[in-house]
Amino acid sequence: MLNPISVAFKKAKHENRPALLTYTVAGDSSKKQSLNILKSISKNADILEVGVPHNTPVADGSQIQTSAYRAIKNGIKVNDIFKIVKDFKKFDKNKPVILMGYYNMIFQYGENKFLNKCKLSGVNGLIVVDLPWPENKNFAKKCKKKSIYFIQLLSPTTTKIRLKKIIRDSHPMNYFISMLSTTGGKLKVSPKEIIKNYIKIKKINPKKKVVIGFGITEKTIGKLKSADGLVVGSAICKEISKSLKHRQNPVTNVSKLVKKLKNKIL
Amino acid sequence: MKLKKGIPVIDQGNKLGFWGGKFGGNFVPETLKKPIEDLEVLFNKLKKDKKFIQERDRYFKNWIGVPTRFIKLENLTRHVGGAQIWSKVVSDANGGAHKVYNATVHCLLAKRSGKKVIIGDTGAGYAGKMLSMAAKKFGLKCKIFMGAKDIARQQPNVKAMKKNGAEVVPVYSGSQTLVDAVSECMRFWVANCDTTAMCVGSTVGPAIFVRICGWSTSQISRELKVQLIKEFGSIPKKLKLYNCVGGGSSSFGFWNEFMDYDKKQCEFIGVEAGGPAKSKKHAAPLTYGSKIGILHGAAQYVNQNSDGQIEETESISAGLDYPGISPLHCFLKDTKRARYTAASDEQALEAYKLVTKFEKLRPSLEPSHAFAVAISESKKLSKDTIVVVNSCGDAYKDRGILEKRLGKKYVKSN
Repeated sequence: MLNPISVAFKKAKHENRPALLTYTVAGDSSKKQSLNILKSISKNADILEVGVPHNTPVADGSQIQTSAYRAIKNGIKVNDIFKIVKDFKKFDKNKPVILMGYYNMIFQYGENKFLNKCKLSGVNGLIVVDLPWPENKNFAKKCKKKSIYFIQLLSPTTTKIRLKKIIRDSHPMNYFISMLSTTGGKLKVSPKEIIKNYIKIKKINPKKKVVIGFGITEKTIGKLKSADGLVVGSAICKEISKSLKHRQNPVTNVSKLVKKLKNKIL
Repeated sequence: MKLKKGIPVIDQGNKLGFWGGKFGGNFVPETLKKPIEDLEVLFNKLKKDKKFIQERDRYFKNWIGVPTRFIKLENLTRHVGGAQIWSKVVSDANGGAHKVYNATVHCLLAKRSGKKVIIGDTGAGYAGKMLSMAAKKFGLKCKIFMGAKDIARQQPNVKAMKKNGAEVVPVYSGSQTLVDAVSECMRFWVANCDTTAMCVGSTVGPAIFVRICGWSTSQISRELKVQLIKEFGSIPKKLKLYNCVGGGSSSFGFWNEFMDYDKKQCEFIGVEAGGPAKSKKHAAPLTYGSKIGILHGAAQYVNQNSDGQIEETESISAGLDYPGISPLHCFLKDTKRARYTAASDEQALEAYKLVTKFEKLRPSLEPSHAFAVAISESKKLSKDTIVVVNSCGDAYKDRGILEKRLGKKYVKSN
């Protein structure tokens, strides 16, 4: 059976648009609410990235940090995250879900146990921010055995030789970090430049899907339409924070935002 | 797990940067892979380059003012009535602490790589103060990340950083201490690694930073070895080296040159921060058996919960207030080359009182932890045992805390 992530890319390509990937933090601002957010955005998002909050994140900007600290403060545990994914999959079983987080959470849980739980709850892919190539080789192999995509990150600082090696070992989906930044930074390079770098990566192996993330908002998403997929994270986390501040319902507001994002790439 | 003889410990890591196959490594975002590799290439080349070593030594001698003193604490020895207690007064170094060695080397490397800006983290403020001082000396722009709680409790060093022209960036996330400052500094580097050099303030972080820092602070033991031979004619038969351990930079540097001696002749004792006597929180992952985890790019023993969230620490000493510990010390612990224990806030304060009562020496709260254990153990040791405590920082930065906890006389009398 084809991984639902690949199905989602096929569907988007068929509709002649990039896949829309959203990132929300599990347990932000509560377990129930984060599940409801996933349910409400699933009709407009193609792939759902679910953040595993960690309290010493070395690559996240302030928006995602705020969401993560909020979720941790409200008591989220790794097992709760699997439960959220499982419950979501009962609601929409074909929607691909990717967990994104830091390696210590997996290491403490135990790699094998973690992957078993992923499989049982319906996780389709993993992004581990601080487990780069070649350190991730073994773990990526374990993921493959479970038919879970291990998604490699590529950055503007990744050298050409390294790009080739990483892509050679990679699974069908890779993630290109648009610029030198933590998540949610202001886009400091032009969309044109980002697409230029993206094309360089695609040329190495056109069959592998590459999504672009970091700094993508309602304003910039339309200019990056030629990519296989686009990830919006911090802008959504910011919307949750804003809603909470104004005592509005984050579920409705995030749902509206994701719909708007979708419209920009149609 | 085995310690090899004849090879510097900083070079005993494997290809992926793991000591003993499991401590250290490079758990970093992809963006940092290239700048880290560049730094590795540069450092590996320069540490073999005679001209570079000469340049380093020139700055160490003329600017930092090495060697620092090695003195006998006669009155304290008499009072304790056991082993001979000596001190390596590393706080003599320019700026008042050992952090100046690492800061100087990082600035030299930054100059070589053509970077114009250098950033660093700081807890007690010494790493930041020294980096700002060195940056000024070498004409680099400097930015220091410091937890908001530490900014409040280490004001003298904050003032010094600003005076040196550095920007001090307060960090409000998490516990607002060193752990958050290091995270924020790394995040800034992720976003600016094309123009900016990063200095990690201790023997922590991705493997290359552990190595550079250990290489830099080893100046301390190089000097001590010469000084011991000059004083005793040879390395004493019973030598015990006490040092506080936070991240572990001063202790590693204090021990490095003695690594190959038998531990029966030359024992290393690392003293971690046990925190307030009545608190469950501490900053002593080695003493209290914390599990291995990943913090700031490296695998190490670290205070964490069962899920892998890093736990908050508590210590009177900002410089030791860190939930993790250098991979080098994890390695030295598991190979049993060094012994680790902890002293509480109260024990450190008592030791400070005792040392300042008997000697013209004013150790900061960090080395006061080492003095606490050294004094207590010395009582039971023979008179021919040579105990050396690294007094790696000066208490000037702590006067606010000392005044509050011990009263004005302990600040004034010095």
